[in-house]
Amino acid sequence: MAGASKTLQLPNPLPLDGGGSLADAVIAYETYGELDEDRSNAILLCHALTGDQYVASPHPVTGKPGWWERMVGPGKPIDTARYHVICANVIGSCMGSSGPASVASDGKPYAMRFPVITIRDMVRGLVALLDELEIETLHAVVGGSMGGMQALSLAANWPERAARVLVIASTSRHSAQNIAFHELGRQAVMADPNWRQGDYYDAADQPDAGLAVARMAAHITYLSEEALTEKFGRNLQDREAKSFGFDADFQVESYLRYQGSGFTQRFDANSYLYITRAMDYFDLAEEHGGKLADAFAGTAARFCLVSFDSDWLYPTSESRHVVRALNAAGAAVSFVELSAPHGHDSFLLDVPALDRVVKGFIQ
Amino acid sequence: MSLRPDLAAIAEAIAPASRVLDIGCGDGALLANLRDAKQVDARGMEIDGACVERCVAQGLSVVQGDANRDLADYPDKGFDYTVLSQTLQTATRPDEMLDQLLRVGRQAFVSFPNFAHWRTRSALMFGGKMPVTRAIPVSWYETPNIHHVTVKDFRELAREKGAKIEREWFFSGGTPVTAGTNWRAEFAVFQLSR
Repeated sequence: MAGASKTLQLPNPLPLDGGGSLADAVIAYETYGELDEDRSNAILLCHALTGDQYVASPHPVTGKPGWWERMVGPGKPIDTARYHVICANVIGSCMGSSGPASVASDGKPYAMRFPVITIRDMVRGLVALLDELEIETLHAVVGGSMGGMQALSLAANWPERAARVLVIASTSRHSAQNIAFHELGRQAVMADPNWRQGDYYDAADQPDAGLAVARMAAHITYLSEEALTEKFGRNLQDREAKSFGFDADFQVESYLRYQGSGFTQRFDANSYLYITRAMDYFDLAEEHGGKLADAFAGTAARFCLVSFDSDWLYPTSESRHVVRALNAAGAAVSFVELSAPHGHDSFLLDVPALDRVVKGFIQ
Repeated sequence: MSLRPDLAAIAEAIAPASRVLDIGCGDGALLANLRDAKQVDARGMEIDGACVERCVAQGLSVVQGDANRDLADYPDKGFDYTVLSQTLQTATRPDEMLDQLLRVGRQAFVSFPNFAHWRTRSALMFGGKMPVTRAIPVSWYETPNIHHVTVKDFRELAREKGAKIEREWFFSGGTPVTAGTNWRAEFAVFQLSR
């Protein structure tokens, strides 16, 4: 599934939180804009659960525009005329970086033999990439949702590597509700007979039905009730009356089915298991002796956290929790709750206030 | 951009390269001034999201929060100065807020409209209504000012709290007032320590 990205094979095995290490790990990445001579204008963008490195260039599988083109580009809030933007596919994913679909040393895909990874493992891979690119200190690390978890993890574990940390619609820990929704998705994948304990790569039938259900459930969590009502209400799909059957009578059903099936074209089911697991394991305080403020002790970085009032997946209270810890650690922190109707996905959508905050914070 | 008289007095009194927390920082005018003119490590707290957005867009470190609740998150003496300008009278418990200001900062600046100004007194005395003046421009039913305070009241509170008044400034419009302050000052600024 790899696209035309640059790839880098890490020179050393990547140590993992679960024990052991990942040998011959590959990181696929894209860059935009020129790196200046003193290598000080790099911005690392961290992608979300099902995101990838194609932040501002067309996706090689779907042909769709990059996932944050409204934010990244010449003259955009993250201005590639000024900054060298790096976005890498996280390990565990499926767009060219090492993941369960990658070929192991025995010539077969890892499948479920791929080690269970954490958010910190993903970031360890990103830091190894920065080492290879000879970027000592990032101008900024930026991420939304799972990308925000990576930004926080980088700030906590490699505090000297980023001068600015921008965390949008994210959290320092997965809640019981977050884990519950992910478990629903994983069980949908694993209940698909085509999943075959993860060994489906050579099979004619892929676990698309299970993965599609996982995506449909997750997609609901990315939108607010208001957004769903506004967009679909109880409108019927291409019909005058209810069918008294189980077709997609309602527009919202049709939309979710479309989202689910589209997703299976570009994403690996096993990667979905591994990455959701990594997110569920994420608890930054737990990694630092149970006190979140200790994760940021002595940090010299400037932080900015942004939440959205309609986001019920990672609500404002989670961002405030991080802000409290940063204040207790004496860090320079900004925080704003922006008003946007779209729910969690607001960070990807048209919210002009977010553009202004991002631009102002990183300059 | 010139600062409001109370903010200008505070900005002038703050030492260069110090650490300042401006509580209720609004659009960040004081913070930007301190950062640019005095290389101050300037942080803010503001309840209004639109104001916070404008602050962050200027590159200021400002947290959206409610001072009544969120000041408790800051460590003891984490700042050289805390600033509470024109906000004390909106606090749920001004006495507790003063404690927090002096806990979080080594010194605190507090500015407020003086309810004992002659205009306010005469509006109440002769109008028989809650005063609406140039210092207190909003009607009683929609004002955020829930704890009106006078210069004399504030001195008493400071004394009860064991706070030392280091400096004080009084203004009527933009003009300094030096005598008869509880009658003649529209605005008061106190610099406190404990």
